[in-house]
Amino acid sequence: MKDIFVLIEHRRGEMRDVSVEMLCGAGKLGGTVVAVLLGKDVDAFADKAAGYADKVLYVNDAMFENYNSELYQKALSALIKEHGPGLVLMGNTAQGVDLAPALAVELGAPLVTDVTAVEMDGDKPKPTRTFYGGKLDAHLAMKDADLYILTIREATFQAEDPSKSGEIVKVDNPVSEDVAYRKFVEYVEPEVGDVDITQSTLLVGVGRGIREDKNMPVVEELAQAIGADLAASRAVVDAGWLPSDRQVGISGKTVKPKLYLAVGISGAFQHVTGMKGSEVIVAINKDPDAPIFGIADYGIVDDLFKVVPKLVEKIKELKGA
Amino acid sequence: MNMVVCVKRVPDTSESEVHIDASGKDIDKSRLSFGINECDNYAVEEAIQIKERLEGNVTVISLGGKDSDEVIRMALAKGGDDAIRLEDDAFAGGDALAVAKALAGAVKGLEYDIVFTGALTDDDGYAAVPVALAELLGVPHATYVKKVEILEPGKKAKVGRELEGGLMEFLEIDMPCVLGIQTGINEPRYASFKGIKQAAKKEIAVKSAADLGLDAADIGEAGSWAVLEQFTPPVVGEMAEILEGEPDETAAKLAGILKEKGLV
Repeated sequence: MKDIFVLIEHRRGEMRDVSVEMLCGAGKLGGTVVAVLLGKDVDAFADKAAGYADKVLYVNDAMFENYNSELYQKALSALIKEHGPGLVLMGNTAQGVDLAPALAVELGAPLVTDVTAVEMDGDKPKPTRTFYGGKLDAHLAMKDADLYILTIREATFQAEDPSKSGEIVKVDNPVSEDVAYRKFVEYVEPEVGDVDITQSTLLVGVGRGIREDKNMPVVEELAQAIGADLAASRAVVDAGWLPSDRQVGISGKTVKPKLYLAVGISGAFQHVTGMKGSEVIVAINKDPDAPIFGIADYGIVDDLFKVVPKLVEKIKELKGA
Repeated sequence: MNMVVCVKRVPDTSESEVHIDASGKDIDKSRLSFGINECDNYAVEEAIQIKERLEGNVTVISLGGKDSDEVIRMALAKGGDDAIRLEDDAFAGGDALAVAKALAGAVKGLEYDIVFTGALTDDDGYAAVPVALAELLGVPHATYVKKVEILEPGKKAKVGRELEGGLMEFLEIDMPCVLGIQTGINEPRYASFKGIKQAAKKEIAVKSAADLGLDAADIGEAGSWAVLEQFTPPVVGEMAEILEGEPDETAAKLAGILKEKGLV
């Protein structure tokens, strides 16, 4: 079997968890696992990756201090041509999604993004991913090729303890010139608001099911009755009904309250990632197949506008008693 | 500034039950409502806002059957100038690569400074079209874009990409370029009555694969990276304990559970 390349992702001095997960997962697919690390003075990440890989290809150059899709593409393309792996894995992250499709087009390598499970048929991967916001699993057949690329959703593979001590090979930077047409400028931190929901013990999460701004009092009353803070799914923040510091999920906050009461939230992966560590999860949603019920402890399948006002009444009664 | 915005008509499944049809390769769409893909709606608004600030032209492109005219006309009603619909049986079953090839075929014939697409679609969610399209066109790209500032019209833009945890990565990018737009970048407007009336009269140019110089063997399912073998219901963990009954009863049961667990 041909080698598997795993692109190590790091940002601002931190190596991302999905990198270790992919190295561990790749080890189970068979073949030699080669970690590919592009960065500036990130020897610690090379050492860390070596604990999970058979080999580490490490390009140390100021050019890679911050991610730039154009430079990453050039370097990866050169390394792939030189070493001839059969499969390249990247995280299905803001970086991987910005990079993999261009690399795949350039190299004529079939790509499947956001993969949630994969089996190998010889050198050819058979990936599974979700469609319709996680409501269906899609089993895909990839075109025959010499090289395949997959972007892997986080937590698809399990991170394990390091068990290897791969050779770290320092590689000369295969990219000779910097590019001018795409330049990194800066990182800007998200805005901070009045409530830090990562510190809240009780949260009412509100989603698309609330439908309109004018319906927000329905969940505000619930939060007040329980003594909870309000959190939101992406749709509610995009619509401007709650500020962005209340957003839970991949692009927002990760919360672990004692109670997360999800109201009108379908439970797309992007949201669930940010709240699955909550102690008790309750979901109210009218779609019985909503993915949120797969991770909730308790569920009510009904119209939130009928259930929530009743719930407010009952909680007030109990509190008064 | 000449801008192109690519839009897709998709079923709205966010709050609906999704059922696999008899073929196992598609869903039963008979009870679903359709509309513009969510990210694409923001992409349309971004293009129109730039046009309003800097003047220019917005061409709307969609791959799809006649049904897609409804989303194209809505984009025209909001301020789009021209429209092209790509329709051919040979486009069927295409993944992100096949869609990007069709769009590239259409965009190549146009003068453009920025091509806007949604960062991802609500149906297959590959999130690969903008970046693949840019590579096919041979121009720079950025995706998950949540901020666009035109530094020099037709020359240079500063864009913000949304990363994990809400961190923004700002970069400068030369035009022409392709930008994959993320939701929340702006507040999409509603079309005016007057706009809708005017858009109804506009011509939508319909182009086939042959019109775009595309070989049938290189598009649709044949020109895709991967094809769908079958859908299955997702594997879920342990399902929630579902509280049964009328709202009055389910609410009482839930309140009781919360009280018992010391949560209220």
